[in-house]
Amino acid sequence: MTAEPAAVAPVMPAALRERIVAEFPKYPEKRAVLLTALHFVQETFEGWIPKEVVPEIAEVLELKEIEVWEVIYFYAMFNSERVGRCHIRVCTNLSCCLRGARGIMTRLEETLALRPGEVTPDGNFSVAGVECLGSCGTAPVIQVNNEVYRENLSEDDLPGLIEELRARLASQDAAKEGTE
Amino acid sequence: MTDEIHLLLPPGGQDWSSIEEYKKNDGYEGAEKALKSMPPEDVLEEVKASGLRGRGGAGFSTGTKWSFLPKDGRRPRYIACNADESEPGTFKDRQILERNPHKLIEGLLIAAWANTIDAAYVYVRGEYRGPYEKFVNAVEEARAAGYLGKNILGSGLDFDIFVHRGAGAYICGEETGLMESLEGRKGQPRKRPPFPAVSGLWKQPTVINNVESMSHVPHIISKGSEFFKSIGKEKSTGTTIFGVSGQVMKPGTYELPLGVPLREIIFEHAGGLLPGRSLKAVIPGGVSMPVLTAEMAMEVDMDHDTLQKAGTLLGTGAIVVMDDTACVVRAAIAISRFFRHESCGQCTQCREGTGWLHKLAMSVEAGTATHADLDTMDEVTSFMEGHTICALSDAAAWGTGWFVRRFRSDFEAHIEHGGCPLEGVSFEI
Repeated sequence: MTAEPAAVAPVMPAALRERIVAEFPKYPEKRAVLLTALHFVQETFEGWIPKEVVPEIAEVLELKEIEVWEVIYFYAMFNSERVGRCHIRVCTNLSCCLRGARGIMTRLEETLALRPGEVTPDGNFSVAGVECLGSCGTAPVIQVNNEVYRENLSEDDLPGLIEELRARLASQDAAKEGTE
Repeated sequence: MTDEIHLLLPPGGQDWSSIEEYKKNDGYEGAEKALKSMPPEDVLEEVKASGLRGRGGAGFSTGTKWSFLPKDGRRPRYIACNADESEPGTFKDRQILERNPHKLIEGLLIAAWANTIDAAYVYVRGEYRGPYEKFVNAVEEARAAGYLGKNILGSGLDFDIFVHRGAGAYICGEETGLMESLEGRKGQPRKRPPFPAVSGLWKQPTVINNVESMSHVPHIISKGSEFFKSIGKEKSTGTTIFGVSGQVMKPGTYELPLGVPLREIIFEHAGGLLPGRSLKAVIPGGVSMPVLTAEMAMEVDMDHDTLQKAGTLLGTGAIVVMDDTACVVRAAIAISRFFRHESCGQCTQCREGTGWLHKLAMSVEAGTATHADLDTMDEVTSFMEGHTICALSDAAAWGTGWFVRRFRSDFEAHIEHGGCPLEGVSFEI
């Protein structure tokens, strides 16, 4: 059992700031980079947006903080609370449910011993039922973090998937320890 | 069985995402022809003459839409391309982005030539990681090959494409919601007028089209509008990508002429129903479109006119099939929950109405509703239609309301039974 995940310093690393600034030339106004910037923030901070980063985003894009917050709250992909390092989105709309999405959701909740909105005590997993992912022909479908979809799933695929994700997290931890 | 026609999607599941593969298969011939030998007005006329209608749901004439751009010389002028595909049942644009992205790039380039456009922004839904990467890669290839940038093909046109990621909001597929989002705001639709052609992205003249609509432009130019019109029906020309999902043997995408019988798509192309099942209900164009009973579904052809006469619409050609094990009230719950979640909250009718419909559908399923509640559902939909800034409210009203109207006896059976008569049999939500 891993301890409480180490707090990531909630200050924009220089590389992240540069990555955001590099998007400016694509648009006539800096504000247009907001959604992209928030995606970059989530990639940097394990899938969520720590509140301490918001003033810095506002400053880089020359916005008020509230203008950043209202966008964070509007879009389903932005997480203002910590999610698991592997955040699993399960499509639960009609086409997926017609092919067993509810069973996938239930099995995931059982296997990981958590409810939607919760994070496992080791900080590794969270699960959310989401609206249509646009992959109805290969239902049921899930998405881990912002990765390529896992399609045509069956409940029997889930233990293997969780094992795969656990192994990946373990190797990320090992790599991290190696560099420290 | 009607043969598939491969104008948009490579045959046999092939991947033409690389520029080499695309050019080997006549790629960029339409752009070469347009930029080297056709004045912009002729390109516009050819697209108009093809009868191409938008494939994003509304079915408006693409050429006519282009002709709304002002002729006052105001610059810059933009294209906003809608790749925010997110209505349940709809998964066709993804196929183009992943397997034939240069088709879209070529369509955008020709549209830029026809309409004197400075830049195109392609708004890809945030969850589409795979399609996004394929498309970005294709844009870079096209730029390296001189199809984007300065003085393209010696025509004097300077044009580039920028790929923008959404972040999970269905309303950003609404044209002005998309523009608000692209500009870095909540995706709340704008009041019209002014229309995007006059005041769109950053208040500049803007053409907005769906991925599939734009992707039809290359072959309309390279093969001619007569060729395009020879496919499909008089007022529904060309092919479209039908996406079939739900309870069929072979869910997937099938590129077919508009006007093929729905029965043929379900029972031949998509391999029919699961063994021992019979047809219950079909949504023909994404979950906002009025559902059809099995009897209605067996009669209709998949073109604009026939579907409208039958009391529904083509929408995005996204076909969701439900068999006799499916509880239609559960389907109505999934659909009403979707619109409740996706309502942007600006208009009272939509914000309150979507929640009301969802709650009432839940109470029907739970067996706690009354017959008067079904009448209330009908009444709620009537004040949701035609009273709001955008069409999401109408979509929510149709998507749920027509389940109640066309399957009233199933809803009533829940009330009589005090719960779901198909408990343990139906799919779960």
